Amino acid sequence: MGELAAFIILSALTLIPAVVVVTSGNVVRAAMSLIPSFLGVTGLFVLLGAEFVAGIQILIYAGAIAVLILFVIMLTEGGTGLAIRQLNEQRLPGIVVAGALTIGLVVLVLRTAWPLTAGTLPASNVTAIGTAFLTDFILAFEISSLVLLVSLVGALVIARKEV
Amino acid sequence: MEILKAIVETILLFTFLAVVTAMLGVYLERKISGWIQSRLGPKHVGPQGLLQTIADTVKLLQKEHITPLNADVPTFNVAPILVAVAGLLAWMIIPFGPAFGRIIMVRDINIGLLFFLAMASLIVIGILLGGWASNNKYALLGGFRSASQMISYEIPLALALMVPIMMAGTLSTRAIVEAQGGSIRNWYIFGGPYEWYLAIPGVIAFAVFIIAATAETNRIPFDLPEAESELVAGYFSEYTGMRFALFQLGEYAEAFGMSALAAVLFLGGWHGPVLPGIVWFLIKMFALVFLLMWARWTYPRLRLDQLLNLSWKGLVPLGFLLVLVTGWMLV
Amino acid sequence: MTVGLTHYLVVAALLFGLGLYGILTRRNAVAILMGIELMLNAANINLVAFNRYVAPAAVAGHVFALVVITLAACEAAVGLALVMAVYRNLETIHVDEINLMKW
Repeated sequence: MGELAAFIILSALTLIPAVVVVTSGNVVRAAMSLIPSFLGVTGLFVLLGAEFVAGIQILIYAGAIAVLILFVIMLTEGGTGLAIRQLNEQRLPGIVVAGALTIGLVVLVLRTAWPLTAGTLPASNVTAIGTAFLTDFILAFEISSLVLLVSLVGALVIARKEV
Repeated sequence: MEILKAIVETILLFTFLAVVTAMLGVYLERKISGWIQSRLGPKHVGPQGLLQTIADTVKLLQKEHITPLNADVPTFNVAPILVAVAGLLAWMIIPFGPAFGRIIMVRDINIGLLFFLAMASLIVIGILLGGWASNNKYALLGGFRSASQMISYEIPLALALMVPIMMAGTLSTRAIVEAQGGSIRNWYIFGGPYEWYLAIPGVIAFAVFIIAATAETNRIPFDLPEAESELVAGYFSEYTGMRFALFQLGEYAEAFGMSALAAVLFLGGWHGPVLPGIVWFLIKMFALVFLLMWARWTYPRLRLDQLLNLSWKGLVPLGFLLVLVTGWMLV
Repeated sequence: MTVGLTHYLVVAALLFGLGLYGILTRRNAVAILMGIELMLNAANINLVAFNRYVAPAAVAGHVFALVVITLAACEAAVGLALVMAVYRNLETIHVDEINLMKW
């Protein structure tokens, strides 16, 4: 009972700011609404027993990516807060396509017989994830570190002022 | 019920911390800076000036709530609340000591240190939004400088935290303190219950943590975002009255929280010879707070590019080297 | 009633649809990137929910979600660097005004 109440509150915390993000006329208001949406997703992760992923979600999404988005908005023209038209002419096709995809996904999800397994996650999430990274998934680990290095250097080079 | 217990514990924690950190913090800051500068500090209000903070709070409460002309009002109001709440929530995982048969801490989460880092990075958003919402060039510049400084110093903070995590093998703060029991030799700053040469990464990690903590809480020598001679008051130039007090509360709560975390991770938490555990923990925490306030009046302010160079070119490679060396020494 | 797998999957599908609507209809390049971040979050919710309900003994879903978070951070960084470079040269970031090959 408590879990259902928590799930409903957290889903509302995720979805309602997401609506503000995609429809608000003020870009800074939209970027600010990303943060409660990310916090709602963190709550859903905690409800699913994924504590380490929840901690990393706040640390990276709400603490770094949201800050980066706010920085870029304030440094480019969105920061003036002028009431510029923010939605383009594709609103009707956009609603139709996104709505059709969503309805298709929801119907698919509700009709499939998922092979559920009862069980519990490993008690120490962090140890299990660390071991998995270094034994089963070591290729993904090394390649994602390489991608991080390349994107770090690439972002620096692209955003640098031409002297 | 669990929820009621959690709510009551959170309210108790917030009020206790608001009283201790805000009142004691402001009073200690003014007294200690007075003694370092060969003067006396507040003496007028109450015996030895102890009621000075209450007088300050009453003064701030009765000031007018000014909102600047073209400011974004919801953002303007939300920013100080975010800073204060994130700064106080970081105290959830700090163990005070054994009393009444159990360790006093709000919740022993098994990703405790990751939660602390996450709260420290939520404060950056509040500062950036506060700087932008004031519709004031100086506040905006102060907000940018502060945000870039704080995200640059989160990395050395996390890397310095990796050393006690590796020595203890867990992210839970209570387990880390319990692994340092026994004698002073077992504290992680002296290498923990391992061989003597682990004291070298221990001491260096403690130094890196204290430097990064000073930068994270925008204290001198890293307080360019608040520099009075440059930016009026930085990102909180336009805040008056209670909202200003909330910003200060968040900053002092974070400063005390970083000292408490350093005492828990490196200096053995509540372990000590004769006195009860809680008293030892408070002694260690206030010793580190005194160290932070002492550094404030000893060093000149670093320029912004010197500050960022120190982080990216100095502390981040040092942090990676520390993690590598600790891992090699522990195996 | 207890919270089952389908609840999480429906929430993730709604979030995905909202992100897609944001990408299709916004003019500001940074707002398009925000829609992309919402879609990646929806994918993460799916991964972690499947891990918990279908294969709880292993943590493969969590590992995959962590890799997705890492790559989302990289892609946001490079995308926002591109937006800054475009703004510096063309002085606009509304994607329907950037329609000439040679400015």
